[in-house]
Amino acid sequence: MPEPVIRVENLVKRYGDVEAVRGVSFSVSEGEVFGLLGPNGAGKTSTVEILEGLRNADSGTAVVCGYDPGKDAAALKYVIGAALQSTALPDKLRVMEALKLFASFYKAHKNPEELLKRFGLEEKRNAFYSQLSGGQKQRLALAIALINDPKVVFLDEPTAGLDPQVRREIYDIIEELKRDKKTIVLTTHYIEEAERLCDRVAIIDHGKVISQGSPLELKQASGDKTRIEVRLAKSESDLTLKNLEGVHDCRALNGAYVLHCQRPPQAIVALVKHLESQNNELVSLEIFTPSLEDVFIELTGRRLRD
Amino acid sequence: MNHLFLLTGMRVRLALRNKMFFFFSIVMPLVFFFLYAAVFGKSEPRMVAYLLGPVLGLNVMGSFWGLSAALVMFREQGILRRFHVSPVTELDMLLSSIFANYALALPTIVIQLFLARFMFHVPSLGNIFSVWLLITIGIVSFGSLGLVIASVTNTMQETQVLNQLLWLPLIFLSGATIPFMFLSNAVQHIALFLPATYLVHGLKRAIVDHAAPTALLVVLLSLTVWFILTLFLSSQLFRWEPEAKIGRKAKLYVAATAIPFFLLGLWEAKYGRVIAEENTTIQRLDAAEKAEKEKAQQPPKPATETPKAPAPGKH
Repeated sequence: MPEPVIRVENLVKRYGDVEAVRGVSFSVSEGEVFGLLGPNGAGKTSTVEILEGLRNADSGTAVVCGYDPGKDAAALKYVIGAALQSTALPDKLRVMEALKLFASFYKAHKNPEELLKRFGLEEKRNAFYSQLSGGQKQRLALAIALINDPKVVFLDEPTAGLDPQVRREIYDIIEELKRDKKTIVLTTHYIEEAERLCDRVAIIDHGKVISQGSPLELKQASGDKTRIEVRLAKSESDLTLKNLEGVHDCRALNGAYVLHCQRPPQAIVALVKHLESQNNELVSLEIFTPSLEDVFIELTGRRLRD
Repeated sequence: MNHLFLLTGMRVRLALRNKMFFFFSIVMPLVFFFLYAAVFGKSEPRMVAYLLGPVLGLNVMGSFWGLSAALVMFREQGILRRFHVSPVTELDMLLSSIFANYALALPTIVIQLFLARFMFHVPSLGNIFSVWLLITIGIVSFGSLGLVIASVTNTMQETQVLNQLLWLPLIFLSGATIPFMFLSNAVQHIALFLPATYLVHGLKRAIVDHAAPTALLVVLLSLTVWFILTLFLSSQLFRWEPEAKIGRKAKLYVAATAIPFFLLGLWEAKYGRVIAEENTTIQRLDAAEKAEKEKAQQPPKPATETPKAPAPGKH
């Protein structure tokens, strides 16, 4: 098995009396998009900033591209790229100047003109940083993060505070990076972002990884059931529906029936057969699979944005 | 090294795009220059030459104000942390601030020297090499003090308070605004503990007395030691992150920057060299003024030449 690009073991970070990261462990393989999903203050940013060499861990091991971020931060910064949370550039710095400036910090770098085109900032090449919209600033941050053609890209809450339209634009860019087989570590508190972009996710809460795996694995491992919401032409008894094959539970809700199923296909077949035998008909049927949000609620008893 | 020059270039460009820079670094120093030369010096070339040292001194000292404010603003806005994740080092960031400040301050100083020489007819700008050395070491050392201030303050508000607290004694006790010899003996002795006093004194001696660098060795060396100390302290206390607050104890480091001039002040208080030299300079100016007045009051000398004989053939 190839050596992972990032290896983190029992990482601990304290700020005074507060333990922000409490024994976090995970690994990331080359070309993988790895997500750290958790609410604000869960310890995601602290973890990532330790891996970027911006903060020192109090204990534990971290290796990024073969470097110890605490000891070899100077060398590490040549092989990683990062779009940090709550950062900025000087207001009076022009877009192209910013790209050229950061490009010049590295011996080998991408052509700023190409990045300008790729990130749709051609028209803004001479605009001051202060004249850019939130989305354009974030696109510039991503372009700068990629200027040195890094082995690993850290994206800390890349879409936080952006409107849905701009968020989708950023998703497209990250998906393009994914197709280019870039190793990406992404922190987010948006479920849809983690589900859509990440190959694997570590759910992090109160400084601890509480579960990790692919989004599908996490959902499958979750005790949560698929919900099938049906409306029928004639009413049925809850108990009858609950006893159908594949159905775990059934509740009547506002004129509809919500079936909690462990095996949805069997449950649907059994429901259709039962309705035929009772001369009843399906008016509507909706299937709700468990999301990572459901997984998070199940693990922590809270919503992600609580 | 490359990062340093690139960052310096960026800082210069950013300053040139800032209207505040033009006001505080070009307009204000020139207003002060004309106020000193035309009003205090009455456009009298010898007095303008004497006041040139304080005017240039004010310009040089102002370095710490702009530098500290710019660095704190960069930190508060999260700009520094963006550079932190790139290969840029603390020293790149600090030295680029100092170099950019030097490049931006020098043109105004050259304009002031030019105006003094050609508009106010100052007969000589003194030992121009000494003037350049003092200005260079002065800008970088006061700039470096600004970096220490940026490092020991947590917010822009704190920075401005500390700047103000330092600025007032520097300008009022150093001879930059109130002539040194107008200060009481006790205040003169307090002023001997301030770096600004030595800077202004050195500039006056270089311009008025044509003092060579060897004659200004104490001033030049003390400012250089001060620069090295302040730069070292600022690099040790440098913070990239806005939330990385500095403790109260660490703030005492700012007191360490006073050590070189505290020692020099003790030495000067004992031997009184600066006070004696200031006395000599002002006495020489007074004597020259007196001689000029006497010359002006003397009745015109009777003509000693015999009238020329009319040229022949011109009747």
